[in-house]
Amino acid sequence: MRRREYLLFLAFVAPNVVLLGVFAYWPVVYNGYLSLTSWDLLSPTKPFVGLANYADMFTDPDFYSVLVRTVLFSGVVVVVSMVAGLAIALLLNQALGGRNFVRTMSFAPHILSGAAIGTIWLFIFDPSYGLLKALLTPLGVASPAWMTDSAWALPGLIIVYLWKNLGFVAVVYLAGLQGLPTDLYEAARIDGAGAWTLFRRLTLPLLSPVTFFIAITSVIGTFQAFDIIAIMTGGGPGDATTTLSWYVYQQAFQALDAGHAGAGAIVMFVILLAITGAQARFMERRVHYR
Amino acid sequence: MSAVVGSRRETSNNTTSRGTRRNPLGRGGLYVLLVVVGLVAVIPIYWLLSASVTPSGEIFQFQWFPLHWVWDNYPAAWASAPFGRFYVNSIVVTLAGALIQICVAVLSSYAFAYLRFPAKNLVFLIFLGAMMVPGAVVLLPNYLTIANLGWVNTYAGLVIPGVGSVFAMFLLRQHMMTLPGEVSEAAKVDGAGHLRILWSIILPMSRPMVVTVVVIALVEKWNDFIWPLVATSTDSMRTLPVGLLMLKNVEGFTNWGAVMAATVFVVLPPLVVFFFAQRQIIAGLTQGATKG
Repeated sequence: MRRREYLLFLAFVAPNVVLLGVFAYWPVVYNGYLSLTSWDLLSPTKPFVGLANYADMFTDPDFYSVLVRTVLFSGVVVVVSMVAGLAIALLLNQALGGRNFVRTMSFAPHILSGAAIGTIWLFIFDPSYGLLKALLTPLGVASPAWMTDSAWALPGLIIVYLWKNLGFVAVVYLAGLQGLPTDLYEAARIDGAGAWTLFRRLTLPLLSPVTFFIAITSVIGTFQAFDIIAIMTGGGPGDATTTLSWYVYQQAFQALDAGHAGAGAIVMFVILLAITGAQARFMERRVHYR
Repeated sequence: MSAVVGSRRETSNNTTSRGTRRNPLGRGGLYVLLVVVGLVAVIPIYWLLSASVTPSGEIFQFQWFPLHWVWDNYPAAWASAPFGRFYVNSIVVTLAGALIQICVAVLSSYAFAYLRFPAKNLVFLIFLGAMMVPGAVVLLPNYLTIANLGWVNTYAGLVIPGVGSVFAMFLLRQHMMTLPGEVSEAAKVDGAGHLRILWSIILPMSRPMVVTVVVIALVEKWNDFIWPLVATSTDSMRTLPVGLLMLKNVEGFTNWGAVMAATVFVVLPPLVVFFFAQRQIIAGLTQGATKG
């Protein structure tokens, strides 16, 4: 009887095991192997080169720029969208007419295709007839040539990702806020706590599991940023918007360099695991569950 | 919990009985902020729709409303690339992907929620680990896999690598664990097998969650960009988002009216789905945070 149930379990789980095994776990292993070879995707043999690809990357100042740029991009988008998203969530949590409408509106960007978002914002950023130029000119500010100026391309991309991410963060925080226990707040108010104290001593600690969730998903999401970059800049101008995930794509499919693509992918995986691990440890100490 | 209450007590000692005004800005200020938030979210989408019906001559001058409405941009966009074909491909890939994904997810979530297996929780954790694998890591190996299978430029190559599911399975399992066990126990006593229990009891009871997962899958597959870009090389197999990139590469986005019309092709279906199913989408995507 028990053995039959085990077999049934295996049968039910098998399709997922096969799919995840072939298309999620195997790629990690295979990338590890490719990163130790020097292969152009075409020749029948994959010469083994040991850690040469990693040595290349970590002695190449350009690769450091890629890492720094990725961290900068991800960090700014994550931090700003979390702070501003929490502020918006607090706003949407007030008893205001029309807040549900605004909630829906602010979430809408999150469900659009990145390719479409990139196209829309290319038009808005267009230095000669974009919306932003029209808004800046009356203020006496000349519109930068956003996506073709290497000083402005990354800030431009940050704006676009913030636009896409803010509503999502706000709505997740709002869901957290609406799950908070009102009795604690009543008690604290009776004890004379002010709004700021309530926020700092009750809301923030009680929201910490939500904060943890948003931090993890946002870091993973921004590290993977690809589609908007592909449409808007293609990693350029120069390498001004080449982040780690664009680097991996470009090494694999444009430079046909499987070794460096594999090594880049492994570096990315290790960084994400480290960040997640650090956040999880932080959560163990600081996060309050009810 | 006790730590939180403790900190509250401590606070109350330090704070004098300040007023508990809920918002320091006043109602008027809050409404202004609310309107600003709504506008920032909506204006780019409005700008897209408005540019798509603006005559090309007028796009060069700035107006909040198009002076003349024209529909020329839509046929122009449609003719500039095989968009009919892109639409068919997007629809096939989206529907097939979501359908297979939900079947795979339902089966494994039922197994994790109701069937016994040694070290089941460990197996579940290993499954969840797949969520940590970044897209850039799977890209090249998966391309090589479908190339070996002869699946480049096929629907199988577009669909199959993306249908293994972790998130959908996770949501469904969490939901199934909250269902009352008595009903399925009763069915078991009456001699129903697991497939029967899954099909006629658990699935109907999980309908809201199934719908949520399907809707999220539909939107995700429709919007996917990087995999269709890599897995196809011919026009006839491209999906809509990849079509936008081709349009850019061919035309350099010079005719903005037509480009915006083409973008509307891409965003309209998810926007329509979103406005009908926004409750489900938002609930599903925020689930991990509050019920994880």
